[in-house]
Order: sequence, then structure tokens, then C-alpha cells
Amino acid sequence: MVFVSSAEASIKTAPASRASGSAPPERTAAGQRTVGDITVKNPVIVCRDVNVYYGDKHAIRNVSLDIAHNEVIAMIGPSGCGKSTFLRCLNRLNDTIPTALVSGAISLEGQDIYDKRQDVVQLRARVGMVFQKPNPFPKSVYENVAYGPRIHGLAADRTELDEIVQTSLQRAGLWEEVKDRLEQPGTALSGGQQQRLCIARTIAVNPEVILMDEPCSALDPIATARIEDLIDELKQNYAICIVTHSMQQAARVSQRTAYFHLGDLIEVGSTDQIFTNPRHKLTEDYITGRFG
Amino acid sequence: MSDTDLGPAAVENAAKRTRRLVEKSLKRRYRAERRFRAYGMLAVALGLVFVGFLFSSIISTGWTIFQQSYVQLDIRYDAEVVDPAGERDEQAISTADYSALIKAALRERFPDVEGRSERRSLYGLASDAGQFELRERVMADPDLIGSTQTLWLLADDRVDLLMKGKIDRDLPEDQRGLSDQELGWIDSLLANGRLDLRFNRAFFTNGDSREPEQAGVWGAVVGSFFTLLVTLLLSFPIGVAAAVYLEEFAPRNRVTDFIEVNINNLAAVPSIVFGLLGLAVFIQLFGLPRSAPVVGGLVLTLMTLPTIIIASRAALKGVPPSIREAALGMGASQVQTVAHHVLPLAMPGMLTGAIIGMARALGESAPLLMIGMVAFIVDIPGGLTDPSTVLPVQVYLWADSPERAFLERTSGAILVLLGFLLIMNATAVILRQKFERRW
Repeated sequence: MVFVSSAEASIKTAPASRASGSAPPERTAAGQRTVGDITVKNPVIVCRDVNVYYGDKHAIRNVSLDIAHNEVIAMIGPSGCGKSTFLRCLNRLNDTIPTALVSGAISLEGQDIYDKRQDVVQLRARVGMVFQKPNPFPKSVYENVAYGPRIHGLAADRTELDEIVQTSLQRAGLWEEVKDRLEQPGTALSGGQQQRLCIARTIAVNPEVILMDEPCSALDPIATARIEDLIDELKQNYAICIVTHSMQQAARVSQRTAYFHLGDLIEVGSTDQIFTNPRHKLTEDYITGRFG
Repeated sequence: MSDTDLGPAAVENAAKRTRRLVEKSLKRRYRAERRFRAYGMLAVALGLVFVGFLFSSIISTGWTIFQQSYVQLDIRYDAEVVDPAGERDEQAISTADYSALIKAALRERFPDVEGRSERRSLYGLASDAGQFELRERVMADPDLIGSTQTLWLLADDRVDLLMKGKIDRDLPEDQRGLSDQELGWIDSLLANGRLDLRFNRAFFTNGDSREPEQAGVWGAVVGSFFTLLVTLLLSFPIGVAAAVYLEEFAPRNRVTDFIEVNINNLAAVPSIVFGLLGLAVFIQLFGLPRSAPVVGGLVLTLMTLPTIIIASRAALKGVPPSIREAALGMGASQVQTVAHHVLPLAMPGMLTGAIIGMARALGESAPLLMIGMVAFIVDIPGGLTDPSTVLPVQVYLWADSPERAFLERTSGAILVLLGFLLIMNATAVILRQKFERRW
């Protein structure tokens, strides 16, 4: 193992005197087993031994994780632990980074998404993504939502497209606020509205999975609450992976939680169990605020 | 307690020290700031002075170009001269000696002028251009033959210089360029209201000429227009396509690094080298016509391409990556991402680059000298392969001419060149505002 920097520290004897908070958490051994059950009964996405390298940097090590239908799974962990990288593997957005290399197996509904025959356009239509910073296109509200259906040819005519735009905005809880200004630029909306516009844009193509990369980190608490309510409603129809730095948010919206630490998936479990009874020392340290 | 911990007195002392030191340094900092601003304002002022000097010098010598001296003569379309055979034969009419009509009109005005040399200097008051105008009139309407018309005809350039106060009447005769006798005739014409400054149509509609009063800038304007048209149509699409490919699609490796370095090098190559290249490749190898706007456009394309590519790449780099991710995340293909989102956002920057390149191309003369656009061309070019010249080369040609009246033409041509530039830049600003979007 090339990427092991420290001796294989036993997980249970990880240094406990971290109260000063000045020293960075010790690097864990690569390839250590994840605590908790990574599998689910009805998986939509199955990941096995996923490794990601950015050039020489080993960003994710042997992560295996299932994502179930109609569940919200939260990815938590300190900055740089690889949770966003993992998220970006699921719609192959890492492909756009020239130095990124992904190995392992990720399948969507039993189909290997890194297969040569898998088309990324098709994949990204099935796995939508909402980003950290609201990034509506500098076009009108209508065009923002209509863009996906348009490039994928989902609407036969203008009436159908209008309908898709309206239902998507309604499901994103934005319709009432923007129905009179669909022609205004999407960038003129407030931050929270922009993020809901991005969600509307994503669900307009009816994906199977929605990836959310810290969707509320740029929003105020009220806008955050609205997005969280929205996530709760959306899980009726989609599997949602949400990366978050807010443990309260993870506790509020998710059913399962995965804790990442320096590229390793340390622990997975039901959100209740992770937050009330973490089994791994690192998880416990993190959720109790010892570091992170 | 470690040694970094301080007692309350020490903390207070340290804070006091900070306050004192900051106070002490404040004056110096503000002084530096004022000094820096003064330098900036000085630089701007100096720039303005130079620009003001340039413009005032050009405008003060060039503004008179809008007017030209015309002499009013009673022209009798003598059938004996125009159509001696009386057959109204077009060939005969077009080859008739129309200058004789002008000479006759001048003799009539000053009947007491005798002797060959005196008469010749009298005829010199009117420009040669008059005969062409008369021929055109008769060709258009042969019924004029036999009638008399009172016409304003172009006066000679020396008359014009005197009218515009550019010849000093008080100079001795041999230094003046106009003899006392000629001055007398001019004064007599002036007294009768038969010599006047009128709008200088010739300058804006004629091609080049050896005679200053007939020389116009239109040939060069049309030549410049055709040349820039070729340059724009080639360099903008090629430049943008190259920039988009290098920035959005090409892998980062040694080959692309090498290409990038060479594009930057090309941007610094002296323009005359591109002229030599054009001469060797386009004219010698491909056999394209010399002095033609198409070759000029090709040469200037080579010259402006690096500028446009570099500016376009910078514009593409300026598009926030979040927009690309948003589009890719929606399932847009790479080409769709670029075409729908990246390119529209980069367009203002690309247009700025293109305009900078085009402005440089408009003012370029050295490479065009190499491909023969420096030739003396009288005819207005009618197409991309007609021999022509361009505005900066025309300026160069006129600045090189010995006649004093060409000085005014030179400044006039520069004014037209600046006007051309102004129109181009205004178009760019309008286009840019149209494409500009906020995010």
C-alpha cells in the first residue's frame, strides 16, 4: 500500500487527546473496513471498491456503498475527506477533470456506469446534480428549467414543455414565486430561489437519483429550511445523496448517513444510529465536534 | 503556563505599542498613497496631452480637406471641338479634346492674355479634372453640344492652397509657387465671385491621382473595406474555433503546450514578416493576384489570428466553471455545453479581442507593402481581386509626395482612417452590449 503514511493504527486506540484541536486527525490506514452495513435491500446504486486518484493524490480508497430507492443518504465528514469526490463519481462528473482516475465498480440499476458502452449523457440524465453554489444558467427562469427537457427531447411541443416547466417549478416549490416572471433571468432570483430553480431544473428531466453537493451551504436558515422540506418531499420519487457539513441537516433530512474520513468510508448506518450511537471512534469524534 | 503567555501589564503594553506604531506609520502610508495617485494622474494627463497634440495636429492640417476651390466658368460646348463631324458618334464624342473648352472659357474671361507661356499659366488655374467632368456631361446628354453652361470646375491645387491661406501672398514671387500675374487673375476671379471654396466631393469619391486636387480617398477606403472583410471573415471563425478547441476539448499535453507557446510567439512576430510570407506563399506559390484585397486579407488574417486566439482563450477561461458543471450535470454533451452556455458567455470578450485585432489590421501598412498594395492605383476596386490600396498605405503614399497640397490630403486620409476606426469600435461596443450577460 503506497498511500499509507502512518503505521496501521488500530481504530480503537486512535488518540483520544484531541481536545486541544490543533493537531490534524491522524491518517487512517488505507483499505480499512467500513463499520456498519453498506448494503441495502433495494439498491439503485451499488458501489464496490471505488478508488479515485487525482494525479498522485489518492482521494478515495476502496469505498463500497449502496444507495437505496427513495432514501436520502447523507455524506458527512471533514473538509477534503472525499465526499464530494465520491458524489461526482456517481454521475461521472470526475471525467471532466483530466487528472482524475476512477477504479472500482459503480452500477446504476445493475448496469455498470463506467462501462465503455455507457454514455455519459444518458447517465447524467438519469443522475441529476445540484451544486454547492446555486448555478442557474444566465438565461430566463423558463429557459433554465426547459433546458434539460429540450436537449433530451422530452417534450413533443411547446405546450408539453410549458407543462414540464410548470410542474417542475411547482414540485420545487418555486412556482408561486416566479410564475409571473418566467422571462426574467434566473440569476436575478435570491440565493434560495436560485437553488430551488436548480432543483427544478434537475427534476425536470425526471432523473432516478439526485446528487446534492452541500446544497444549502450558501443559503440562510430560512431558505435552508425550505430546501430541506423539499428534499423530504422529493424522496417520494427519487433517491437523494446529499453531501453536507451540517450535522443537524444530515440528522434532519436523511435516513442513512455515511461518514467519510480522509478518503475512507469509516462508518455507514441509519442516521439515528450514527448520531446516537456511533460505533467508530472517528465518527464519534466528528459528530461530537472534536474536529472537523 | 508557557512562556508565550503574558501578564495583563505586558498585554496592555503590547497594545499600546501597536497603537503608537500604527499612528506613527499612518502619515507615511497616506503620503505614499497620495504620491501613488499623483503618479497615476500624471500618467493619464500625459497620455491625454499626447493624444490631444496628435489630434489637434492632424485636425488642424486636415480639416480644410472638406472644402476645395472651384472656379466658375462659362463653358460653351463648341460643336467644332466636341463633334466636328456632327454625327453624334459616341466614339468621337468621348475622345474629343474637352480641355480646349476650358481653355477657351478661360481665354474668354481674360481676353487680354497673349503669348504661349502666359496662356499656359492661365490654363494652369483650372484642374485637368474639369475635362473629364465635361466629357461625362456631354456623354450623358449630347444635346448640350452647341449650348453654353455656367459650371463650377475644380481649380488647381496651388489656387486651392492660396484660397486656404497656405500660400503666403507676401513671399517673394519665386518662392511663392504662384506668379504675380497668376495672383492677379485669381484676385480678379475672386472679385467677380467666380472663385470659391465648395464641399470637396472629389476627395470622398475619387481614387488616387497624381494631381492633388483630384486625389481622393475612396479607392483606399474601399480597398481597406474589402481587405478587412476578408480578414474578419477568416480570422474570427478560425480564431474562435481554435480557441474553443484548445480551451475546451484538447488534452493538456506536450503538443498543446507547444502549440500554445507558438501562438504566443506568433503574436509577437513583426508584421512585415507576415507580408513576406504572403508574398512567397499566396502570390508566388498559389498565384493569387498582386495588390489584391484577398491577399491583403489573408496576410492580415495570419497576423491577427494569434491576437484573436489569445483573447478568445482568455474569454473562455473567464467563464465560471460552475456554468460548465451545471450544463454537464444536466446531461448536456460537451459540444452542447460549449455552444449553449460557454460560447455565449465568452462572446463579449471574444469580440473585444477580434476588434483589437481588426483595429491593428486596419492600421497595418508594412505587410501590405510586401504584397504590392503600395502600387499607384487610380481605379476604385470593384472586388476582392482588383488591384487596390488601403488607407494607411495611402497615407504613406501621400506623405511621400512632393506637392504641398498632398500634406492636407495626408491629414484628411488619417481623419478618414480614424473615422473608420471609430465606426468599427462603436459597432464592437454595441455588439458587446448586446451579448453581455450577468451571472
